Amino acid sequence: MEVTNTADPEYFHRVVDCQYACPAHTPVPEYIRLIAQGRYDDAYMINWESNVFPGVLGRTCDRPCEPACRRGRLGKDGSEEPVAICRLKRVAADNKDNILSRLPAIPSNNNGKRIALIGAGPASLTVARDLLPLGYELVLFDEQKVAGGMMRSQIPSFRLPEKVLNEEIDFILRDQVELRLGKRVDSMKAVLDEGFDAVFIGTGAPKGKELNLPGSEECTANIHVGVSWLSSVAFEHTTRIGRRVIVLGGGNTAMDCCRTARRLGGEDVKVVVRSPRETMKASPWEIEDAEHEGIPILNNHVPKEFIVENGRLVGMRFEKVEAQYDENGKRSLVPTGEDPVVIPCDDVLVAVGQENSFPWIERDIGIEFGDWDMLKVDTRTFATTNKKVFVAGDAAIGPENIITAVAQAHQAAISIDKYCMGQAIDDRPAPGHTLISQKMGVHEWSYSSSVADDPRHVVPLIATDKALADRKVEVELGFDRQLGLEEAERCLNCDVQTVFEAKRCIECDACVDICPTDCLTMIGNSEEGQLRENLTFPARNVEQPLFISDDLATGRVMVKDENVCLHCGLCAERCPTGAWDMQKFLYRVTQAGKACQL
Amino acid sequence: MTYLRPNFRHPDAPTNRIGFTEKDYEGALSTLCAGCGHDSISSAIVSACFELSIEPHRVAKLSGIGCSSKTPTYFLSNSHGFNSVHGRMPSVTTGANLANRDLIYLGVSGDGDSASIGLGQFGHVVRRNLNMLYVLENNGCYGLTKGQTSATTDLDSVNKAGVNNPFEPIDLTKLALQLGATFVARSFSGDKEQLVPLIKAAISHRGFAFIDVISPCVTFNNNPGSKKSYDFVREHCEATATIDFVPMQEEITTAYEPGSTKEVTLHDGSVIRLQKPMTDYRPDNRHAALEALHRAEQRGEILTGLLYIDEDPSDLHDTLNTVSTALNALDEEALCPGNKVLQSINRSFR
Repeated sequence: MEVTNTADPEYFHRVVDCQYACPAHTPVPEYIRLIAQGRYDDAYMINWESNVFPGVLGRTCDRPCEPACRRGRLGKDGSEEPVAICRLKRVAADNKDNILSRLPAIPSNNNGKRIALIGAGPASLTVARDLLPLGYELVLFDEQKVAGGMMRSQIPSFRLPEKVLNEEIDFILRDQVELRLGKRVDSMKAVLDEGFDAVFIGTGAPKGKELNLPGSEECTANIHVGVSWLSSVAFEHTTRIGRRVIVLGGGNTAMDCCRTARRLGGEDVKVVVRSPRETMKASPWEIEDAEHEGIPILNNHVPKEFIVENGRLVGMRFEKVEAQYDENGKRSLVPTGEDPVVIPCDDVLVAVGQENSFPWIERDIGIEFGDWDMLKVDTRTFATTNKKVFVAGDAAIGPENIITAVAQAHQAAISIDKYCMGQAIDDRPAPGHTLISQKMGVHEWSYSSSVADDPRHVVPLIATDKALADRKVEVELGFDRQLGLEEAERCLNCDVQTVFEAKRCIECDACVDICPTDCLTMIGNSEEGQLRENLTFPARNVEQPLFISDDLATGRVMVKDENVCLHCGLCAERCPTGAWDMQKFLYRVTQAGKACQL
Repeated sequence: MTYLRPNFRHPDAPTNRIGFTEKDYEGALSTLCAGCGHDSISSAIVSACFELSIEPHRVAKLSGIGCSSKTPTYFLSNSHGFNSVHGRMPSVTTGANLANRDLIYLGVSGDGDSASIGLGQFGHVVRRNLNMLYVLENNGCYGLTKGQTSATTDLDSVNKAGVNNPFEPIDLTKLALQLGATFVARSFSGDKEQLVPLIKAAISHRGFAFIDVISPCVTFNNNPGSKKSYDFVREHCEATATIDFVPMQEEITTAYEPGSTKEVTLHDGSVIRLQKPMTDYRPDNRHAALEALHRAEQRGEILTGLLYIDEDPSDLHDTLNTVSTALNALDEEALCPGNKVLQSINRSFR
């Protein structure tokens, strides 16, 4: 195999699994260490710079970082759980002091450029966060009277208290953005005609899919589209629901619907899903939270009919199916032939998917549409085919999540900035990165290199009866400082990299002998497949890179399987010549501003 | 300084025949200098015992004084240990072995402990053919007292201060061969592919097994001109053969070209396979081994590998015709048969 080029920041970036998996590439281990040191403000700011909504995301993130966490790969047969990264983020947010003075200054003179931001959700707010300190004049449009978008309308208060959201929106807007709220934008042309220098579309995927089955026409009053219903609850237009409720769908919206229904008078609430449990789209922890509140989830039930008696919805009929897979792994749901299942109900919440909806964008203003009536978008620059118009988040790519919207919006902000400054938007800024030795003494490191054995700590919850009594009571209490510290200690510090210098190595075997997980092997080089098999423990997780050193004196190479490295620093501690060193790698995605201008 | 090794091991780490992982054979984290050859030897002992599926409580590790003699702390935490007086490990081991012949005796010593203060003890344990493995962690200097030349420092080896050693070294492999040792080998701490099978073979050998392991002292004897530095040893090693050890329980599955290997079968049915042996190399001939050592020395090379083995010798227990049961397994009546028996023994001497 070729010698690993560690000068390319993407190599070490890949080793920091959590950060690499995060769409916004938040430096996770860096802020976890700061939490462990009680430096909550610093931890919060690292998050804020990268993901804009630490308090919101610390409660609601889809946490792609956690399945990626190295710790989850260390146990025998999956017995070890990842670090509770998401809830640690909340620890930083809950314990921060007043950070107002640390927010970037907004210049008193603007730069003469005016930008429209349509939709006041996470994407538009991120663009606002990035562009406001650069002197842009921003105008924020939304149909609701308050900013926040889906974070306010679709995430229930018992998961995300309003004050947390409000605070983080205030950190962004700081009364410096012109708000045109409470009025839906009906015409893109009209917005463009106002002479904005650029327009950003951050309208999300606002339209809930409907379910047309026999009976649905006859009882519309009791069949609700999930996202609209959640929004109506959030803005207090809806305050009650029937005693018996069926929620259709297996995604996170369905989980929010059923739990909200439990708080609005629903006593017998069931989630009914077409597919097997393993393929439900909802995050496992959200399913768990719903079940914890006494909500059964019935899988493999395909809805067939709304049963209406005397013009009133009285139940639903389902057909039982099972999943079968053909040789290509394609799934089909095959009826089992059992009797249909009838579930009585008073209301049905339909949460079977969301769609984009752009009836307000005229088709003759240079903004092209592709398949499924989606905008044509460059997924690197987030430009549309109209050079003044940019789009990110769910509006650009269909329903995803907040952190993806934030990550894309940072890129869109760069494009808007470059476009307004007359620069080519295709020329993207390189990430910033540093690599610094953590050696403090002969055998002393600046980071806590010991590896804690603790199992993952469970987030304490409020008593279920209290939670169900008021939809605004937050269910999760979050880690307190002590639990936060203990959970933070579970982090392996994967950003503290094992950096190897072949010419210093005397091949004494000390590192190979001490490595707890045997991830080091000195061996003759060969092609990758062979080399992976030849190591002390075959490196069969091909998603994880191998480090290959320059040739050693004996002609062998040092090979490291990054997969199970604990970053404990013992290789460097036992190295007599300093060939191994532990160096902290900090990778930051460059954001709009001076750094990306040429 | 890290005093604890993390508890995580490779998730695919296998278990051996008796259900242990390699971790169960480890010891405390070493406090020797970083890069010390001794740590590699400890690691090789851990691997060998794991691979042989030895029950850790069936091993007694004994040592004298010195860097080498600290190392039993760093392997086999679940075994018996005895850190004895300087140079006196052989007599303590002899006593222990005579009392309880059921344990595996693993003696660890250094060049100071064996070739200076303990030279007499060494000679006697060899000639008695005590059933034990004697590992000499040979770094050619007094590492614990700042690297003075030792009895095994090679002639003209240059020390860290740049001074040549004017004295002939004591080669304990030659001494062992001359005194009748029944298993003699030499290896290098930096070559586990050779060292691990040698340790396994030596543990399986019934009788006195001696392995002289050259183990560079990275702090005091790894300088240019040293004849026991990593670089020098690596450049001058010459193996008698590539060694492979097949324990009795395992079926021999690998096929080799006829004529390319020699096999030695031990008393318990285990097989030591020697691949690509040197021309004229005969592992069962004591004189040939001595000659091979001389010839390598004249070429300025270090002969490693299995030097000599007596496949099925009689050990000290055989010679003394001792009771076949360990003393701690005998009941009171057998251990103290009473006045009548004493009288009859006394009578037999009159």
